[in-house]
Amino acid sequence: MDKRIPAVIGIAALAAVPQLGLGNYHLHLLITVLIWGFVYTSWSVMGRFGMVSLGHGAFLGVGAYVVTMLWNSYGLTPWLGIPAAVAMSMVMALLVGYPCFRFRIVGHYFALVTLALGEVVRLTIVGLRDQTGGSLGMTVTAVPDGTSLLALQFGERTVFFYVALLVWLFGLWVWRVVDRSMLRYALEASSEDEDAAASVGVNVTRAKLAITMLSAAMTTLGGALYAQYQMYINPETVSGIGISLQIVFAVIAGGLFTQLGPTVGAMFTLLLAETLRVSFGHDIHGLDGTVYGLLLVLFIIYMPKGITGSLAALLTRGRAEPGAPAAGLAPSR
Amino acid sequence: MFDTFLLESVINGILLGGVLALLALGLNLIFGVIDVVWICYAELVMIGMYAIWWLHVYYGVPLPGAIVSAVMVVALMGVLLHRLVIEPVLGKPPINQLLVTGGVLFFLQAAATLAFGIEFRNLGLRMPVVEFGDMFFSFARLLAFGTALAGVLLLWLFLTRSYLGTAIRAISQDREIMPLMGVDPRRIYLITSAIGGGMAGVAASLLVLQYDVHPAIGLSFGPITFMICVMGGLGNMLGGFLAAFVFAQFISVGGYFFQIEWGYVIAFAFFIAMMFIRPKGLFSR
Repeated sequence: MDKRIPAVIGIAALAAVPQLGLGNYHLHLLITVLIWGFVYTSWSVMGRFGMVSLGHGAFLGVGAYVVTMLWNSYGLTPWLGIPAAVAMSMVMALLVGYPCFRFRIVGHYFALVTLALGEVVRLTIVGLRDQTGGSLGMTVTAVPDGTSLLALQFGERTVFFYVALLVWLFGLWVWRVVDRSMLRYALEASSEDEDAAASVGVNVTRAKLAITMLSAAMTTLGGALYAQYQMYINPETVSGIGISLQIVFAVIAGGLFTQLGPTVGAMFTLLLAETLRVSFGHDIHGLDGTVYGLLLVLFIIYMPKGITGSLAALLTRGRAEPGAPAAGLAPSR
Repeated sequence: MFDTFLLESVINGILLGGVLALLALGLNLIFGVIDVVWICYAELVMIGMYAIWWLHVYYGVPLPGAIVSAVMVVALMGVLLHRLVIEPVLGKPPINQLLVTGGVLFFLQAAATLAFGIEFRNLGLRMPVVEFGDMFFSFARLLAFGTALAGVLLLWLFLTRSYLGTAIRAISQDREIMPLMGVDPRRIYLITSAIGGGMAGVAASLLVLQYDVHPAIGLSFGPITFMICVMGGLGNMLGGFLAAFVFAQFISVGGYFFQIEWGYVIAFAFFIAMMFIRPKGLFSR
């Protein structure tokens, strides 16, 4: 059987979802999962090679703010604003990434350098308060009738669902392209041992730079999409440590090494937050975060492969058993 | 023209540097000995600040008593953090160790919100202002600077002069050999965690005199503490100590010329630039 059939059925089923007559609330949850699923996938594209960035909020912030500022101040359509923001993020990734990889800044050091990058962007947004509204955030200027293809604004949630679905599928497609490329082997080798990888002809700096710029560009697109959907952005929600750590943790909870892991992470974290919010209400501030933080600690200690990774391990083990040699010959484990 | 205000911000920068140095020292000690970065270090400070506020304002415990108890509470939290969270991941990839304490960051921040709400709290103390040749300095800052230096000196004496301190330094130099020499690394790690936590508690008592407490306060000085440690060379205590003063000058003088955020932006940008020139730290050999 063609392996693509389940995927096609899955996509068709997803595309049919808005026709089921879901309420706005459920549609909102779905769109949120798709947008964040895309952002998390963008992070995991580089994160899976041991390049743990704690500064993806920087790219998310550039995506959200550059596009919104160009639109609000100059009326420049997001169709041009998004490429501009993506280009800016890629230059930023290049400027910070090149010396990092050239001088072999890895592990803790890399994580902390990227963390500083995220803070630079957050504080710049706050500092430019005359243009960005500072910590109060800014609202995307809405078009009069709520829907405009030029402004990338859709009053109808259903339309936005399809936009988000397309972008999310694009993210999964990029993940798969990377997964099947030579780049993947080069990066996997580099993450094990840079010297050994370089000795067999891998240009470690260039390989790492390529994946970092790709990840930055995707994250920027995700940030722009988030701004277009929420129509309100704030330095804390799109930039800074909080969001950067949230990206990392959702991916780890979902599973870092599988295609759907980041999306499962987005579903998991959103469901957790919503369940707690619905059952305990708005009044108890911090309850979701407390449970979330506790779960993350437990995940990293006991389930470092995440939900999808552990499930996959469980499934392959279950499948291997029926095919095991007859009793007596089975190796004792 | 001589600028009194510039001199004032330079001196304020030095005063801020003292507190940052104390913060960085605790984190550096943990990293140097246990080889783990506590991303949640600033959140431990936040817990310490809340403990002082709570004991002093709610239960009317005199301030010195509240401070001593808070230091002990945070030291205990350091021990618990090590036992419950760090120990299970000690053999795992370093990045897992970094991230697991990031989970603790979320947990502590949210738990503080749950327990104390998102309001800004303060002790309501009125600290005198010291005037010195047309310049004004808050007494709290001077006190913080003095205490921070004393704390740094005490730790240095402990590490260099006492038997236990020597064992701690030895473990940080060679993790494999020291157990053969009869040093129990587990015990040393626990003691180090307690000292590191205690330093966070001392820092908390100095910060609570100057700033309001709120659950997200850790995010405002946490990153700067990591930057200082990395710039000084992770685990290099003298480097971290000096880097704290460099950073504090950027924030204070940068904030004088521009706005306070720009002071931070310049400091972080300087950090990123320095990482490329001296990846192993400003003061590495």
